[in-house]
Amino acid sequence: MTITEKILAQHSGRTSVSPGDNVWIDVDVLMTHDVCGPGTFGIFKREFGQDAKVWDKEKLVVIPDHYIFTKDMHANRNIQILRDFAKEQDLPHYFDVGTDRYKGVCHVAMPEEGFTRPGEVLFGTDSHTCTAGAFGEFATGIGNTDAAFVLGTGKLWVKVPETMKFIFDGEMPKYLMAKDLILAVIGRIGVDGATYRAMDFCGTTVDAMTMEDRMTLCNMVIEAGGKNGICAPDKTTTDYVRARTNKQFECFYNDDDAKYHSVHRFNVREIEPTVAKPHSPDNKAAVSEVAGTRLDRAYIGSCTGGKISDFIAAAEVMYGEKVKIDTFIVPATTEVAKQIRTLKVKDKTVMQIFEEAGCRIGDSSCAACLGGPSDTFGRLNNAEVCISSTNRNFPGRMGSKKSQVYLASPYTVAASALRGVITSPREFFE
Amino acid sequence: MEAIITGRAFVLGNDIDTDQIIPAAHLVYKLDDPDEKKNYGKYAFSGVPIEQSGLPQGNIPFIREGNWQSEYTIVIGGKNFGCGSSREHAPFALQVAGIRAVIAESYARIFYRNSIDGAFIAPFETTHALVKEVRTGDDLELDTTKGILKNRTQGKEYQLSPLGDVEHILRSGGIFEYARQSGMLKR
Repeated sequence: MTITEKILAQHSGRTSVSPGDNVWIDVDVLMTHDVCGPGTFGIFKREFGQDAKVWDKEKLVVIPDHYIFTKDMHANRNIQILRDFAKEQDLPHYFDVGTDRYKGVCHVAMPEEGFTRPGEVLFGTDSHTCTAGAFGEFATGIGNTDAAFVLGTGKLWVKVPETMKFIFDGEMPKYLMAKDLILAVIGRIGVDGATYRAMDFCGTTVDAMTMEDRMTLCNMVIEAGGKNGICAPDKTTTDYVRARTNKQFECFYNDDDAKYHSVHRFNVREIEPTVAKPHSPDNKAAVSEVAGTRLDRAYIGSCTGGKISDFIAAAEVMYGEKVKIDTFIVPATTEVAKQIRTLKVKDKTVMQIFEEAGCRIGDSSCAACLGGPSDTFGRLNNAEVCISSTNRNFPGRMGSKKSQVYLASPYTVAASALRGVITSPREFFE
Repeated sequence: MEAIITGRAFVLGNDIDTDQIIPAAHLVYKLDDPDEKKNYGKYAFSGVPIEQSGLPQGNIPFIREGNWQSEYTIVIGGKNFGCGSSREHAPFALQVAGIRAVIAESYARIFYRNSIDGAFIAPFETTHALVKEVRTGDDLELDTTKGILKNRTQGKEYQLSPLGDVEHILRSGGIFEYARQSGMLKR
């Protein structure tokens, strides 16, 4: 069996499962946020009663992160609904806005707080819940109805997915990031190339990656239609997790005779810095093919490209230089925001480098990655052309339907911000 | 899910993502408030670029100005319908707008699952490239028990793919009713 099959077998009380089996599984963690939490809680009460209690409050994590710094009254009301539910249910893992506990982007906060652990089943009311597959667990996005079902029962049915294997070998060139690799994968297989399937990332390149790099790979499996991403856990994984939680966990590995839907090999020395052109994540081009394209804006943030390693990467490129276009920096979480102020590239903090470059720095949240209310920081309200370290460039994704978004690595976004046109980071490293 | 669904077709292309079905700025309204939820109908498909809205000619709004219900009942889509976010607001918005079924060449799995487990709309799959044959406004009749689509305007008939494993959940009225009928949940 594959890692995904083993986790689903264990959580359904079976010795084995096969792709296509429909099984009811026990849930280890359910995560929700301000966009889908209110609807989920509403369905939970409708189905289980006004006085119903959640199945296990230790296993529920509620992280407001989407529409936080806005005057939109409906959005603010949604935060209040989360707050009221957390109080009523006495939830230990609620991270309220306006308090020291506020985190920001859920998919980055979850690992920081030790909620992502090998061998577990994590469901979240957000499609990028698949990010946590980086930790060797089964993690996927669900809707409000399914989440309400989990809240009341701790169980959910799933169809066991086939696994596609993606093998990356070779030492990463200095100018390349995990984002380039996943854009190359999506460009090769298409936005529905992995629909209903697990995507397993392995090979010597992945073995050498940090947890944050692996999170970037798994984060965007949904952009290929994937059900979940998975990286086999190793010492990098267990060191990261054990530093953040005392909870016991079990590591699963692919059997030598595990069956795969398909195997895809990449030599990373042959992968170029890559973008996805408007308006689809699989609209791939090498940066060199679109170099010189005029830009109005650059954006670095989100669960995909707003982690501390993403900002250190951008700061390496921007050190001592000035941006030519409006450049928005949104640390995914408050922890990332703290690290930006303390960690240094050469003699300057990352924050100093961004400030001296003329970037605008926002508060931790999902911000303009998905557009949001019209007063959202960095939102594309007009026909702007933006290069972004985020994960989606569908029509209107970052705001106006007239805008155009190029997805790229933080290196490429930073290099392009300095020139005002799409620019390869290679020239900064050669 | 009704046995027979009749009404006019609204035709869209490939990769209709959830931001096009209901743009993120509109995900703030209450889903269970009878008046407020009308906003989901009002803004359904408002993210679709207008030239691709209502094929083949395009430039057809799904919802007329000032309305929250559509004059169309069945959506015809291409490949990878509903890709993108996990927002259940997407199939919900279509239901509020009056859509009863979507017939597409393939679906993104979370949208498909949300449609079934919430029993918002019937998501049928087809191997026919209906996007190239059905025209927005055509008069359709969908027999959900036989999986047969009749285009009464053009006099054509198509056999759709079976709903498969999920049909019993959809016919039960969603995951909660299914779980009650099968004894997993108490009534």
